[in-house]
Amino acid sequence: MLDKFLWVGFPYIALALAVVVSILRFTWKPFSYSSLSSQFLENKQLFWGSGLWHWGILWVLTGHLVAFLIPRQILAWNSAPFRLYLLETSGLIMALLALVGVVALMVRRGSSSRVKAVTSTMDWVLLCLLLLQVTTGIDTALRYRWGSSWYASNAVPYLWSLLLLSPRPELIQPLPWLPKIHILSGFSLILIIPFTRLVHFLVVPISYYWRKPQVVIWNRKGLR
Amino acid sequence: MDIRSQIAMVFHLDKCIGCHTCSIACKNVWTDRKGADYMWWNNVETKPGTGYPTKWEDQNEYKGGWIIKNGKLELRLTSKGKFLQKIFYQPDLPTMDEYYEPWTYRYEDLFTAPETDDQPTAIPISKVTGEYIDIEAGPNWDDDLGGSALYARNDPNLEAMTEEQRLQLLSIETLVMFYLPRICNHCANPACVAACPSGAIYKRGEDGIVLVNQNVCRGWRYCVSACPYKKVFYNWSTGKSEKCLLCYPRVETGQAPACFHSCVGRIRYMGVLLYDADKIQEAGVRPDEELVTAHREMLMDPFDPAVIEAAKKNGVTEQIIKAAQNSPVYKFVKEWGLALAPHPEFRTFPSLFYVPALGPVTYSVENGVALNPTSADEIFAPLDQARLPMSYLASLFGAGQEAPVRYAMKKMMAIRTWKRAVTVGDVDMQVALDGLREADCTTEQAEAIYRLTSLCNYEDRFVIPPSHREQAVEVLTNPLEKKGAAGFGFREQPVRGA
Repeated sequence: MLDKFLWVGFPYIALALAVVVSILRFTWKPFSYSSLSSQFLENKQLFWGSGLWHWGILWVLTGHLVAFLIPRQILAWNSAPFRLYLLETSGLIMALLALVGVVALMVRRGSSSRVKAVTSTMDWVLLCLLLLQVTTGIDTALRYRWGSSWYASNAVPYLWSLLLLSPRPELIQPLPWLPKIHILSGFSLILIIPFTRLVHFLVVPISYYWRKPQVVIWNRKGLR
Repeated sequence: MDIRSQIAMVFHLDKCIGCHTCSIACKNVWTDRKGADYMWWNNVETKPGTGYPTKWEDQNEYKGGWIIKNGKLELRLTSKGKFLQKIFYQPDLPTMDEYYEPWTYRYEDLFTAPETDDQPTAIPISKVTGEYIDIEAGPNWDDDLGGSALYARNDPNLEAMTEEQRLQLLSIETLVMFYLPRICNHCANPACVAACPSGAIYKRGEDGIVLVNQNVCRGWRYCVSACPYKKVFYNWSTGKSEKCLLCYPRVETGQAPACFHSCVGRIRYMGVLLYDADKIQEAGVRPDEELVTAHREMLMDPFDPAVIEAAKKNGVTEQIIKAAQNSPVYKFVKEWGLALAPHPEFRTFPSLFYVPALGPVTYSVENGVALNPTSADEIFAPLDQARLPMSYLASLFGAGQEAPVRYAMKKMMAIRTWKRAVTVGDVDMQVALDGLREADCTTEQAEAIYRLTSLCNYEDRFVIPPSHREQAVEVLTNPLEKKGAAGFGFREQPVRGA
């Protein structure tokens, strides 16, 4: 019963809440969507924290996404030891960068009195969850080799089964507790997206690439 | 021709007394809030000085404004291809320390302190952290050249001057200063708009006021860095950018903005300019020495039938065209050539222009008696000997070119001399008239400049056309929809629940 909740119920609740509440928040409280940057108040520690965190986690997430989309190719890639080592090492390095980054961000948030002034409880919840997510991820990668392979062979089918609405929790149940925590905290992070500053990544300004440099808005209907 | 109407401004620096009333009026209306407490949408700087935020004019540091790259305008801050690189950390963003940390005092200590032999004091506390703060700087810390060894000496405009001029400018016997009130320039080619990743900043088509849509802004802060005048501010509490909105609720109802209305020296003018938006790009890539001319060429003659026709095609109303024809700004900038945009080399084409300040009237003293001047040269020191070197003003208002500054200064001096010949009579009339001719000014023009400078009433200074928001609103919504909802204290229709 608990397994069913953890590997079927909870992921669906998390995803559903993330989607619905994010849309509601965007519609009703668009003003609350912001990066909530505190660089203006403190920028020396942020340079290391934000830079390492974002670049590291972006590559790690990209890795997760690519393996999610093309698991077979990843397994094929990993069939040659050199390529496997290359993938695992680069992934580990990026994850370590993210780890250093998130720790630096936590130290900064706890030490700078100016940043403390703009820190909410949810900021700390988020940072702690991120730390948990990254450490369990790194720990899993170090302990249960090779993570990239069994992620593609076991976890990805499970994720697809969720997405295709025919959940197969039995794929997860035999895993050790460490990757299990990693998966659970991952869904927890998805769950808290709309309740934290994480919404900023939903509004990454990619439209800048194709918009005209100047924006002129006329009162006349439809003119922009 | 793409003729648009722009609410534009002239600040007559020769009349500014540096009282900061404008700043206070603005602060009380708009920025007296948490997160906005450090913002001065309107501030008055003493020049020479480093300004607010410190050294805002130094674009090597802040990367504001536009540069020409491969014959095209590009933001100095970033290009389209590279802009995401700066999204996690903005190396060019000024921090609060470049402005100042806002503070208040713990006044309740005055009442709650235990009885001692000493007077209780209210200690300063930061408005950000609430903790004790050792105040090291504030806005206008360098007011009236205070601390000029630190501030005036580091004015970025001094780079345009020779070492000798710099020494002269900063030595105590020959110190010189003037005031530079600054608000958002509501530029024709705004860098903040172009830099905003979210597309939250926009220029209003009808009057050219530049605004930040608070619901779309995501706090990426590119605008703060890209504005070369540092007139977009980051609200550290809400996580959104804010800027001067030219008191648009006042302008829309025909009133002057708070800073304009409250100006004690009546230095501020507001009027409509009709400009050709098609010319912006082409004017923007002209070399520095042609920028002042290029900017003026963008501003079109509101009496030209072709311009009027093109304006009407763009929805510019009859009343706005009429206001453009009466615009004090058009006269100061284009007809008379007296007003100049700040730092045209930033290539944003500001809609705010400054009439440079004259040097003091000189007297000679003999046996303790002040002697009236007898010639034009004696009223004002000749420009080449002016205490404030022309190269300084050229750096501030001429993209390094002295010619447009000299033209304006010469004309104003000739008018003052001529008017003195008329009213006081101690200057030879022929000399005064020759001076006017040399300064490219007729007596009619001199009289008009004199009147708009010295005898201007509210209606002369502020020629603000009605913007007919009531009609504009009708295009978007039916005003009668709101009729049944009035007076309930909320903005929903009072509909019976299910």
